[in-house]
Amino acid sequence: MYETTYHKASSVSEAVDLLKKADDGKLLSGGQTLIPTMKQRLAAPSDLIDLRQIDELKGISRQSDGSIRIGAATCHADVAGSADVKEALPGLAALAGKIGDPHVRHMGTIGGSIANNDPAADYPSALLALGASIETNKREFTADDFFTGMFETALDEDEIVTAIVFPATEKSAYAKFPNPASRYAMAGVFVAKGANGTRVAVTGAGQDGVFRVKEMETALNGSWSPDAVASISVSADDLISDIHGSSEYRANLVTVMAKRAVAAA
Amino acid sequence: MGQVTMTVNGKTVSGTVEDRTLLSTFIRENLALTGTHVGCDTSQCGACLVHVDGKAVKSCTMLAAQANGGAVTTIEGVGTPAELHPVQKAFKENHGLQCGFCTPGMIMSAIDMINRLGPNLDEDTIRHELEGNICRCTGYHNIVKAIKQASEEMADVLEAAE
Repeated sequence: MYETTYHKASSVSEAVDLLKKADDGKLLSGGQTLIPTMKQRLAAPSDLIDLRQIDELKGISRQSDGSIRIGAATCHADVAGSADVKEALPGLAALAGKIGDPHVRHMGTIGGSIANNDPAADYPSALLALGASIETNKREFTADDFFTGMFETALDEDEIVTAIVFPATEKSAYAKFPNPASRYAMAGVFVAKGANGTRVAVTGAGQDGVFRVKEMETALNGSWSPDAVASISVSADDLISDIHGSSEYRANLVTVMAKRAVAAA
Repeated sequence: MGQVTMTVNGKTVSGTVEDRTLLSTFIRENLALTGTHVGCDTSQCGACLVHVDGKAVKSCTMLAAQANGGAVTTIEGVGTPAELHPVQKAFKENHGLQCGFCTPGMIMSAIDMINRLGPNLDEDTIRHELEGNICRCTGYHNIVKAIKQASEEMADVLEAAE
C-alpha cells in the first residue's frame, strides 16, 4: 500500500470538508473493497476519510409509511439481522446475509457498496428492483438514476450517500450464483413486487453493471411463477465474459436465478 | 504517522504507526502477538481474524487507525495453557488442526459464531459460517466436529450457570 493520510470524520459536513481539502481523497466506509484495492496498489488516495464512526449515518428504522430507511454506514450483518428488514423485505435481509463472509459482513456497509457500484456487488440489484431512493448530503436519487455504469454512479466527487430508503414491498427475493472462491455474484437476480410494480434486476452479469429485465417484469405481472420467466433469456451481447464464465453461461444463469428468486419470493 | 491507542486482550496499548499500517501488522510487529497469522493477505482466508469491539473481522483488511480507541481480542486473549477455552479444548480433542496455520483464525471465527448464533449449532450452520476461513490442509471435517462439540459444551456451561 502506498502512503496515505487517515482522517476520522465525526459528521457528514466534516467529511465533506476533509474531502474538499484533500489532494486526492477517498471516502473509507467498511473498507472491504478499498483496502484490498489499495494493498494491490490499484488505488493510491492521498487521504482517507473514515465515515464508519459517524452516528448520523448509522441505523435502520421503519417509517410510518412502511418504508425502511437504512443509514449508509450500516454494516451488512446489521441489515441481515434486523427484525424490521426480515419482516418487511425478506429478500433484502437474505441478500445482505449472503455478501462475502461473516467477517466481511461485520465491516462492509450498504453505502460503501452502492457508491462503489462493483458490477458483481449484490446490493445494487436490490435497490433497483425495490425502487429504492438514495439520499445524499446534497439531494435524493432514484435507483434508476443512481447506477450509471461499471463502478460508476451519478454521485458528484464531493457527495456522500447518507441513507437508502426502501418502499414497502409485497414480495421480494434474491437468488445468486456466487463465484465459489470470491463469493461475488456470477449472476444475481432480485425480484420484487410492490408500490413500484414488478421489477427484476440483475447483478454480476452486465458489462455496464446492474440492469433490469423488462420482459421478465411483464411476464411476472401476468403470472407470478417460475414458469413465467423460464423461457425468457437476456442477450449475451452485453454480458461479462471472463475466466469464471462466458457471457452465454452468464445469460443462462440469469434465467435460472430469476426462476429461483421467483420461487423463493 | 500517528499515535494509536486501543485495548488489546484487556490491556491498554499504544504505538506510533504509519497511517497505512494494517491492524494485523500492528498486532504482529508492534505488539509481537504473532498468534494472529497473515495467510492470503487478500481478505479471503481468515487466518488473521481478531475480534474488534466484539465482532470478528479480518485484521489484514482493516487499518490500525480504524481500530483506534477500540477493544481488540486476539488468540492470545483466549484461554490459557492451563485452562483452555472450550473451543480450544474441542479443537485439541477432535484433532481440529493439521499444520495449525489457520487455527487461530478458525478459533476466533468459532467463538464469534457461537456468541452470535447461540450454542448447539448444527453442522450446516457451522459449514456456512466458516465461509471466510480457509484451511489449506483441508481438515474441515474435524474443525466442524470441534466447533459442534464446543457449541454443545458451551450450552452445558450456560445451563449450569442458570
